[in-house]
Amino acid sequence: MADHKLRETPLLDDLQKGPWPSFVTDMKKIAERKPMVNDLLGQLELSYKERVGHWKHGGLVGVIGYGGGVIGRYSDSPDKFPDVAHFHTVRVNQPSGWFYTSQALRDLCDIWEAHGSGMTNMHGSTGDCVFLGTTSEELEPIFAKLTEKGWDLGGSGSDVRTPSCCNAMARCEYACYDAMDVCYNITMEYQDELHRPAFPYKWKFKFAGCPNDCVASIARSDLSVIGTWRDDIRIDQAAVKAYADTGMDIRADVTRKCPTACMRYDGKEIHINNRQCNRCMHCINAMPKALRPGKDTGATILIGGKAPIIEGALLSSVLVPFMKMDKDDDYQEFKDLMERIWEFWDEHGVNRERIGECIERVGLGNFLEAIEVDPQPEHVKHPRTNPYIFYEEYFEDDGTG
Amino acid sequence: MSDAMPTAQIADEMYNMVKEYAGKKRFKASDLTKEIISKHGDKVNKKDCKAAIRELMDSGRCVYGYAGGSFSALPGEEGAAKSD
Repeated sequence: MADHKLRETPLLDDLQKGPWPSFVTDMKKIAERKPMVNDLLGQLELSYKERVGHWKHGGLVGVIGYGGGVIGRYSDSPDKFPDVAHFHTVRVNQPSGWFYTSQALRDLCDIWEAHGSGMTNMHGSTGDCVFLGTTSEELEPIFAKLTEKGWDLGGSGSDVRTPSCCNAMARCEYACYDAMDVCYNITMEYQDELHRPAFPYKWKFKFAGCPNDCVASIARSDLSVIGTWRDDIRIDQAAVKAYADTGMDIRADVTRKCPTACMRYDGKEIHINNRQCNRCMHCINAMPKALRPGKDTGATILIGGKAPIIEGALLSSVLVPFMKMDKDDDYQEFKDLMERIWEFWDEHGVNRERIGECIERVGLGNFLEAIEVDPQPEHVKHPRTNPYIFYEEYFEDDGTG
Repeated sequence: MSDAMPTAQIADEMYNMVKEYAGKKRFKASDLTKEIISKHGDKVNKKDCKAAIRELMDSGRCVYGYAGGSFSALPGEEGAAKSD
């Protein structure tokens, strides 16, 4: 039983009706032991009533030395809701692929129960384990206890956001590179960039093991690394026959749905023109026992994806069609590319401009030249819309002209 | 680069900039770096400036703030924390 008076929330109570789980029900349970959550319900009720948000965002809040990981949030009505005068969010860097032991989860919950609202978001759209609601005074104790247990804060602000990845080789036979290892390696390599904001704006990495792109990296990250292969799709014709024998209509359900029409079924076997394949994964997803990605695997590097904030949404587009993700070389080719891109963005990016917007502003050709990547057919996003062609001549002056 | 500036001196200059413009201008890390490099030329480089910013933040003389983007500021109540 609560030792404080619970807030009246007639509008929120409506959200408890119906067959689905309700966040209001969960919050009310916590509100009985946490006055902070009780005031949170009160402020939310007021927002529903007035149809106005009552949060202020930003400020100087954080832990010493770090510029990311804590998102300052304050009530604009602290007199009415004193227990949410501060209601900061803490982002905890999640493990690659979101694998936890039950002990690790208990550790996180114990820390948060002692120092925060007890409410979590597992996981935020950033990928982090998100702790919702604490005060400025509790931040350093939370950070100390997290680091004692081997955890660290994630990214926020104009820094590298916490890299995230799919389960890749841990659980998925389609994985074309070890996305979890790359994600961990890149997280550790760029600790400084993650914790100390120095960029024009946020930078998001997402690593997907195969073209299914289960982490939606193409839409949600500035730099998408999507597994692919450059040899042929592996075909087990006996398994193809087995699918046909069980009644699968291979022409209707597989070959005719190929977006590039690169495959055909002759009634006995599947034949694929691999040069024409665009890695849509439909056939492999439809017949996983018969078709598999090739053996010469790596990743396609795409750049420029983002959700709409300052400008509209962008999907990432191809930057490097194929890169071997070489663990033995500590992914050095990828890291060298990152350094060149960041150098360019640091020099030419304007405040609150994502790399995709920066590339659109300066032009892909100028960007590619600056980062020393040769133009390739895969860089063409769509047919040209400008009928004028400007030739820029590159030549070495031999002194004769 | 025999007459390279010590990190502590770069940090002091950055701190003075943040202090002088407190409440008037928000310096991003890249703003501080560009200011220092334009003032001292090849006596400093980006790596030195990065180290200096880290020293400023780790010592607590400056803190990171956020208002749309991240910036360097003097510790204290500012922005959303103010009861305006």
